[in-house]
Amino acid sequence: MIDIEHVSKTFREKKTEVRALRDVSIHVGRGEIYGIVGFSGAGKSTLIRLVNRLETPDEGTVRVAGEELSALKGNALHAMRRRIGMVFQQFNLLEGKTVYHNVAIPLILEHRSKAEIEKRVAEVLDFVELSDKRDAYVSQLSGGQKQRVGIARALATSPEILLCDEATSALDPQTTESILKLLKRVNEEMGITILLITHQMQVIQMICDRVAVMEHGQVVEEGEVLEVFGRPKEEVTKRFVRTVINDQVPETFYDTIRAENRHYRLEQLKFIGDSVNEPVIANLCRREGLEVNIIGANISQMQGSMMSVFILQLIGETEQIEAAEAYIDGSGALRQRLFIDWDSRTITEIPAGKGAD
Amino acid sequence: MEDFLNSKVFGIKWSRLLLNCQQTLYMVGWALLIGTFIGLILALILVLTRKGGVVQGKAARIIYSIVNAYVNVVRSVPFVILLVTIMPFTRAIMGTTIGSTAALVPLVIYISPYLARLIENSLLECSPGIIEAAKAMGANTRQVIRYFLVPETLGSMVLALTTGAIGLLGASAMAGYVGGGGIGDLALTYGYEKMNTPLMILTVVILVVFVQLIQLLGGAISRKLRAHR
Repeated sequence: MIDIEHVSKTFREKKTEVRALRDVSIHVGRGEIYGIVGFSGAGKSTLIRLVNRLETPDEGTVRVAGEELSALKGNALHAMRRRIGMVFQQFNLLEGKTVYHNVAIPLILEHRSKAEIEKRVAEVLDFVELSDKRDAYVSQLSGGQKQRVGIARALATSPEILLCDEATSALDPQTTESILKLLKRVNEEMGITILLITHQMQVIQMICDRVAVMEHGQVVEEGEVLEVFGRPKEEVTKRFVRTVINDQVPETFYDTIRAENRHYRLEQLKFIGDSVNEPVIANLCRREGLEVNIIGANISQMQGSMMSVFILQLIGETEQIEAAEAYIDGSGALRQRLFIDWDSRTITEIPAGKGAD
Repeated sequence: MEDFLNSKVFGIKWSRLLLNCQQTLYMVGWALLIGTFIGLILALILVLTRKGGVVQGKAARIIYSIVNAYVNVVRSVPFVILLVTIMPFTRAIMGTTIGSTAALVPLVIYISPYLARLIENSLLECSPGIIEAAKAMGANTRQVIRYFLVPETLGSMVLALTTGAIGLLGASAMAGYVGGGGIGDLALTYGYEKMNTPLMILTVVILVVFVQLIQLLGGAISRKLRAHR
């Protein structure tokens, strides 16, 4: 549906050059919810604006529904933009006008008849559950309601694609959740492909099918959400995953760990979806004869699937622990050995000078 | 009524005073109307073709430079000098330089770049996000102006026009002296040259009342347009 291939874009000011995008390629399939996550300045706003040609690439091609955007001129471009709705972080509504007028505007631009406009506005307002606010002025609405108006406006022309530019970043957590549910409905009930950019990993976790992680103008990691959450490769991805899945050891547990004077190893175990069918932790005790301390645990739900993360302290002889590790690796669970750097009291995946072993 | 019009106030007939008031309103009204039209066009050109504006490209840059230079040049000429300098031009298009209608030519030339700057400032108050949303909806340039840029900044524009109208009132006094009539003419020919101080003070009072009325009206319309924000 959206094919972005090898695009690069550099912004030149008088003396400085900002390379916003460097050889970025992404492909969004029809009916997908595709999320791009990155810290500010990663280039994601520029990338999403390529899709409705609010920005043009210096190099590379952007195709939407098979049409090459750079070839579109004048009315053909305006027509293409009407097939792509866009929702903004700051809503960008006409504050002094009514909800009705705001949602009707894209239809007025298309010269639709008044009856048609009334009918369509009623439909989309009903969909976003704002029918009762039809004649209210936008300035009287809350942030969440404003974003619903923004979504209704974007849906008015029955687009095939919805672009969301940090659509929930200006909202509180509860409102964010309700807006995300609405976007999910837009995708499921209307079959609209959604491309969104965000710096909130929670957004990706809640609604996206696939995710691309951006840093310094490049896509550093890309894949199915569950996969990327389960096996993040890049440091920036790990940082993002950590914002929603807490795999850290609470400060107070450090002393408990240290107080253990028998031989132990710290392990992080991840169970993704239903990839593991055995009671792994129980078996570690029963079959491998280890003593197991659960230091931390976290269960999160995404895409109708579950991911659980455990941090375990395995106590036993080296051979015993190694046998257990082999057992875990064979079970389908993802295992990662952890080390504590006692100087900085942080957990790392690489052994520091004084490892825990 | 006849008697009243023929009775005198500070040495002139009431009918004369009313006629001059009418001339002032005529000059300010028409110059404001035509000047706003031209000023709005100039302001739109400036806003649309400026760096980061809706229309980009080499042609846009050239047009911007020309309009920008024109506005700056005309704005830097004091009105009295502009008035005298363009007299041949005024005669060429109006056939005369005398009378309220002929005075409209210099007034419009003077006020339109001034209004263009004021309106430009108003238009720039429109948030770039609104323009971006408009473009994302597939609006063409004409639609961006009509449905987003102008309606969003109308309240501010009315205040700008109010300021422009008051500037125009001052200019019309000078235009009158050169042959346009109006309150300013009265003040200068009777008040200043014939040293009729009470009449001069009366004209000042009338001008103050005019300014107050314009300001009140402009403020009220602007508030109405900005309601619900």
